Amino acid sequence: MLEISNLHVQLEEEDKKILKGVNLFLEAGKVHAIMGPNGSGKSTLSYVLSGKDGYQVTDGSAHLEGKDLLDMKPEERAAAGLFLAFQYPVEIPGVGNMTFLRTAVNSQRKLRGESEMTAGEFLKEIRAKAKDLKIDAEMLKRPVNVGFSGGEKKRNEILQMAMLEPKMCILDETDSGLDVDAMKLVAQGVNALRDEKRTFLVITHYQRLLDHIKPDLVHIMANGSIIKTGGPELALEVENNGYAELLGERA
Amino acid sequence: MPIPERKKPDLRPVSDETVMSSSVAWAKETRSKAVARAESQGFPSRQDEYWKYTQPDAFISEQVKLTSRLRPELEIFSAQTEYLINFENGHLSSGRLPSVVGCDVERLGESTTLDSHWIRDLYGQLELAGQNPVERSLAAVNTALATEGVVLRATGILDHPIRIHSVSKGNADAIVHHVIKVEAGASMTLIETGQYGTRANIVIEVDVADTGCFHHIRVQDGVERHIHSHIFARLGKMSTFKSFTLTSDVKLTRNECVLELTGDNANATVAGACLGDGEFHHDDTIFVTHDAVNCESRQVFKKVLRNGAVGVFQGKILVKSGAQKTDGYQISQSLLLDDDSQFLAKPELEIYADDVACSHGSTSGAIDDEALFYLRSRGVSHTKAVDLLTLSFVAEAIQEIEDDTLADAILNHLTKALEIR
Repeated sequence: MLEISNLHVQLEEEDKKILKGVNLFLEAGKVHAIMGPNGSGKSTLSYVLSGKDGYQVTDGSAHLEGKDLLDMKPEERAAAGLFLAFQYPVEIPGVGNMTFLRTAVNSQRKLRGESEMTAGEFLKEIRAKAKDLKIDAEMLKRPVNVGFSGGEKKRNEILQMAMLEPKMCILDETDSGLDVDAMKLVAQGVNALRDEKRTFLVITHYQRLLDHIKPDLVHIMANGSIIKTGGPELALEVENNGYAELLGERA
Repeated sequence: MPIPERKKPDLRPVSDETVMSSSVAWAKETRSKAVARAESQGFPSRQDEYWKYTQPDAFISEQVKLTSRLRPELEIFSAQTEYLINFENGHLSSGRLPSVVGCDVERLGESTTLDSHWIRDLYGQLELAGQNPVERSLAAVNTALATEGVVLRATGILDHPIRIHSVSKGNADAIVHHVIKVEAGASMTLIETGQYGTRANIVIEVDVADTGCFHHIRVQDGVERHIHSHIFARLGKMSTFKSFTLTSDVKLTRNECVLELTGDNANATVAGACLGDGEFHHDDTIFVTHDAVNCESRQVFKKVLRNGAVGVFQGKILVKSGAQKTDGYQISQSLLLDDDSQFLAKPELEIYADDVACSHGSTSGAIDDEALFYLRSRGVSHTKAVDLLTLSFVAEAIQEIEDDTLADAILNHLTKALEIR
């Protein structure tokens, strides 16, 4: 599904290298988790994959189903099936959540050469999906993320994911700022979307989220590259011993 | 360098005819005084403090002609139940005016021929009061010459808005003067759409009596148009005045609004949103005077400018010495979509009372990169994302419209206008 090889990235505005040769191979239907200390480059990886400005790829590649991701605009990457759930979802006053979502769904369809979803179809689908995530009609009507609590914002991200039906989902610290109940709800939303054709890359600091979203593989990222890959037990190891030991092993 | 002599308006050829045709004494007097006022003030020039950012030439030159094709008109309030009044090329269309329960609707021309009429105490009077401390000679010219306009006197709570819709073809100049009186306890909404003329000089005088309520929504569009409008309003005790203007496409607009809060606990809002693209110069010049206790006034202006468009905001709050507990608010913001566009703002506060809360802010900014990326990461194209953020930016001004249905209509109109761009 997603193949990242030898990815080197630095900041555009200053000569600071952040990713120093990341290699990752994500198969369809699998859930991968990336853990790592602050500043290891986890969020940068998610931004570079989704096409945020300000980063310069100096070497390496990233392909989604064989297509060169790094060559595409952010909206084209989305239409190709990539989705990033933001760590800090952006507030957009004055634009209704529904309007925004319908614009997004139909923009992607248009880019893929598919017919647009009618208002009726859209309404039916969003109501059903919002209900599962305990998002009420009021929240759908309100401006995008404005006045939403931390938990509501993250649930709204998952709702967008459910509506856009991406193939490759990246969750950037979706657990940050969530209480236990909110985390469970978000995890349920994610789990409901798991199937053999959809791949997840879950970026997190803590093992806790991985209790609810069970990963197939866990990668440890440090200083801009993947230093260790293992099964779910690797996450537990980090939880118990911290990163210091792993970093030490490497040194 | 010697300052060039101020150009004197020569109103005689037209004004003689208009003044003389006024068959009643009061109208003759009001008009001749306005002629004298305009002549002594002279036409505005760039040397004037309040014309520093806007070149008045197009408003006072001999003639302005349309050269390009006009855009198709968008129906904005089609779904709305309303009382419709039509203007064509600056003239009130012949035919019957709507009969509105709770509101007298008359032609200005007919009203000025009546001797014992409430309009004599209003026509040109709020304009006259609004000449101090800042001269507005083009408003005086309007009072001197205007024979077209509507005269509204609301005595009850109107069930639907009154809409004035104008169509102009060819190169018509329009001078239109509306006079509105909202009696105690009465409430009305006035909507203005369309174009009065290629070039238009519009004056609206609004007198809101104690506990009266006046809502005003105006949509200004039309390529190559030149509009200079004045609103002069006086607010009585516990009265409400709310005006919102949406401007797009117009080549040159200057909207002046002169409000005086004369009764305690009155409430006034002037808001506007504009979308300027290319040859576009839009000026909002507001003067709010607080002359009573415990009044609130709000000025909320949002301008989105691109391809060299220019936006101007000159907003003043004057709080007189007795006007304690005044709450004055003023915000003017621009979203500059490129380096060629300009926003010029001059917020002013002049306060003589000591128990007052007044705040003002003015900002210029570019599109928010975080928000742009967020939208694009969801599959929305760059162009569409900028449009959504444009709507988001002006939404705060649109929210000042009291009636949600009308606010939605404005928002839908903007969405469509952005789509056909």
